Amino acid sequence: MTETKTVTVELELPFPPEKIWRALTVPHLLAEWLMQSDFTAETGHHFRFTADWGSVDCQVLAVEPNKRLAYTWDAMGLSTVVTFTLSPTARGTHLRMEQEGFKPGMAQAYGGAKLGWQNFLGKLERLLEKQA
Amino acid sequence: MSNAHTFLFRTLADPTRRAIFERLCRDGEQTVGALTLRAKVSQPAVSKHLSVLKEAGLVKDRSHGRQTHYSAQPGALAPLIDWTGQMMGFWQSRFDQLEDLLRRMDQ
Repeated sequence: MTETKTVTVELELPFPPEKIWRALTVPHLLAEWLMQSDFTAETGHHFRFTADWGSVDCQVLAVEPNKRLAYTWDAMGLSTVVTFTLSPTARGTHLRMEQEGFKPGMAQAYGGAKLGWQNFLGKLERLLEKQA
Repeated sequence: MSNAHTFLFRTLADPTRRAIFERLCRDGEQTVGALTLRAKVSQPAVSKHLSVLKEAGLVKDRSHGRQTHYSAQPGALAPLIDWTGQMMGFWQSRFDQLEDLLRRMDQ
């Protein structure tokens, strides 16, 4: 099976691409919304995100200032690529995040309570109902 | 369905046990006493449920003085979760934080 899956999030932000680029690439800013890391915006650079639930190993794949940033995202069996694309709009910036490369059946121990826990509990209830 | 799945389902199939687990997920670390106050069963019954949850890796205990504190280990549910859905939730919550940060940042 080589099927991959993609997670895409798109949003309109009332800020210029240059400002969003800083939030995506300056470690102390990155730490405020994503995770602690030793990131630098250089193609080929290996870095690591760390959080209380574990860490994510990454390597920078593409850097086009204010336009596009891509890095690998490997954590506990999950091997993916995360790409951020910034496009200027009349009101600010269109930000698109795409994470691709999920293989079916992959398990990863993220802190479920922090990540859409309510949503997950709903799914669990349905699964349990099926089991009954 | 793998043994790990079956074991987790069996552990969480009991509604009282599931309620205890959900409470720990929602409200964070708690003692048996605090959990018993909210449960509709006795303290020994709550303790029994906690030991089953612990065996399944769903809760962790920590002794502090004479009290034992229990906390949820939702990572143990990993085999059951649809990871794309979970990552979607992850990114959406992170992007909310990104928007907050952008509002606070200087130009």
